[in-house]
Amino acid sequence: MTNRIRLCHLYPDQLNIYADRGNIAVFRSRAERRGYELEVIGVGVGEALARECDLIYLGGGQDREQALIAPDLARRGDEISSALEDGAALLAVCGGYQLLGRGYRDRSGVEMPGAGVLPLETVAGEGRMIGDVSIECELDPGELLTVVGFENHGGRTLLDPGAAPFGRVVHGFGNDGESGFEGCRLGKAIGTYLHGPLLPRNPWLADWLLGQALARRLGETPELEALDDELEYQAHAVALGRARERGGKFR
Amino acid sequence: MRIPLVISTLAARAAGFVSRLSGKGGGTTLPGRVLNALDSGASARLARRLEQGSAIISATNGKTTSAAMSAAILASRYRLAGNPAGANLSSGVATALLHTRGAELGLFEVDEAALPRVADALRPRALCLGNLFRDQLDRYGELELLAERWRGVVSDLAPDSTLIVNEDDPQLAQLARGREGVIRFGIEDARQGSSLPHAADARYCSICGAAYNYRLAYVGHLGEYSCPGCGFERSKPDIWAEEITLEGLTGSSFRLHLPEETLSVRLGLPGLYNVYNALAAAALGRALGAQADEIASGLESTAAAFGRSERIEIADKSLLLLLIKNPTGANEVVRTIVAAGTPQTLVIALNDGIADGQDVSWIWDVDFEPLLDGLERLIASGRRAAELALRFKYAGFPQSQIELVPTPAEALDRGLELTEEGGQLVVCPTYTAMLELQKVLAERGHADPYWQRAARAREESGQARKPK
Repeated sequence: MTNRIRLCHLYPDQLNIYADRGNIAVFRSRAERRGYELEVIGVGVGEALARECDLIYLGGGQDREQALIAPDLARRGDEISSALEDGAALLAVCGGYQLLGRGYRDRSGVEMPGAGVLPLETVAGEGRMIGDVSIECELDPGELLTVVGFENHGGRTLLDPGAAPFGRVVHGFGNDGESGFEGCRLGKAIGTYLHGPLLPRNPWLADWLLGQALARRLGETPELEALDDELEYQAHAVALGRARERGGKFR
Repeated sequence: MRIPLVISTLAARAAGFVSRLSGKGGGTTLPGRVLNALDSGASARLARRLEQGSAIISATNGKTTSAAMSAAILASRYRLAGNPAGANLSSGVATALLHTRGAELGLFEVDEAALPRVADALRPRALCLGNLFRDQLDRYGELELLAERWRGVVSDLAPDSTLIVNEDDPQLAQLARGREGVIRFGIEDARQGSSLPHAADARYCSICGAAYNYRLAYVGHLGEYSCPGCGFERSKPDIWAEEITLEGLTGSSFRLHLPEETLSVRLGLPGLYNVYNALAAAALGRALGAQADEIASGLESTAAAFGRSERIEIADKSLLLLLIKNPTGANEVVRTIVAAGTPQTLVIALNDGIADGQDVSWIWDVDFEPLLDGLERLIASGRRAAELALRFKYAGFPQSQIELVPTPAEALDRGLELTEEGGQLVVCPTYTAMLELQKVLAERGHADPYWQRAARAREESGQARKPK
């Protein structure tokens, strides 16, 4: 089936705090309007990733919910990495992003192991980083895009030397409030702190991920027809204005 | 050097006078801010002047309404002081304490995050905890954290104080376990139950982490739960509502079970969420000595609190304001609107100020979908109007039926223009959008400024004499 995209949504019952279903709704609608069906498969604790998976999604959760799924996710490193090697694209937001790294160390020094898929680790810091964010990223070489969102995290994420961020912070904190990096990019996998939800106000990012997912099926990235994104642009512009006015203030 | 109480209260009152004079507001918080700054212990000392002590109501949703209901129940028994304008942070409570002359009992609604500080100052004789929902994570942090801070408040409560909890909220039921002097309330009506909604919060047991089994969910995660892991479960409440009939946007009726008797109550406020508010008020009333007839008449006489299903007549049309502020509250507003028959036109105004939550992602957790059947025009308003429009667009609502009118006053005008004569316009604003609308309505002479209405409510409840 080449007119279908199979999305595995990891832990939809636990990792859903920042309106993650908004991101899924955007994937679905934008795929359907181009004639592709989006098949969403929820993957819970103890369940295997579906075969022939084109796109993987992980959202964020509250601490308690994250602690519930962390041991299961930590055992999935190889499974997720081989799906990526097989050509799947991935988007992980906030808690899902942190837990795809090697681990999360809380303030008392206790280590919660991660999946080790992304080259990074996260350490709890003093004070949360909360606010509107805008970043610049280069999804395809030479094409600089602005992505806007909202961040709310206590963890400071440190990329391994040489690892690529998802983007560079223009307004806001990003990974750690110091490096100027936001998120992590590993091939077709993107991890980020930006929610809001992320995709409705950054439709080009949704399309890029859909294109990467379809490339696994089709052998090449298809040309996706343009959609009427007038409302999306307006929402983007307002969020960007908010990031300029009040992004990145410590509370 | 400690500033004498008389000086700091004088300075604080003067600040309130200036605030009202300048037309900037009703002086519902500024005097308290001045008072707290001059003397951090002033609130505690002012509170001790209330000979019958204080009672506190806190919850994510329904504080203002259940405080209004409680005031109506208790008005014939006590001369009350309180914060009916909804200024529920430490500064608002301090401001209210400046107006306690002649009052016997303090009745305060208190913000969830401000509760530890306010409870510490007031040493309440009764504390009513209504619910804890996911709300403005950018401001309050995670639910679990808030529940932990409430746990601290409960353990600091004096042994002879009464704790009132919603037994249908597992987080609150757990806070009350093992404590003497608890009144638990809940709903017992399977016909009103449904399955757990998308945005449900307390899905997992905070003792053992297992997923609760929900036999029924009434509002958000409020319902009949049990934990398959550790056996923790809802117990039968002391005060409950059953045989509930919801009457669209106008109200509801139900049987109210008190420990010794059962009465019929007709509420003038719509939705199951207001039945919970009524139960909280009834339980608090009981704790403070109210009799069954006082409870029934208090509940039945309560009109809408500021912007919470408030009806305002504008020429030959009527305006219904339904405040929305978080997924669970908004879900209940949607449910109530749909049950009454979805209107053709709906105005929703989404702002992103501090009081609204700067993070607007919560609208994606609201189940707006039931409105799509029947809604013909959405007027999306507020600073984040476009974001709201996207929420509806991605739910499948045709973009051609969405109008973006970011200024709430203009959205109101456009909505009224589309409303037929004799008809009703439903407007759902977030908090600061509601303030903008109320300001416009006051300027146009359709309603008094909110602080005047609140002051009147305060006088009315305070003037009722204690029957002796």
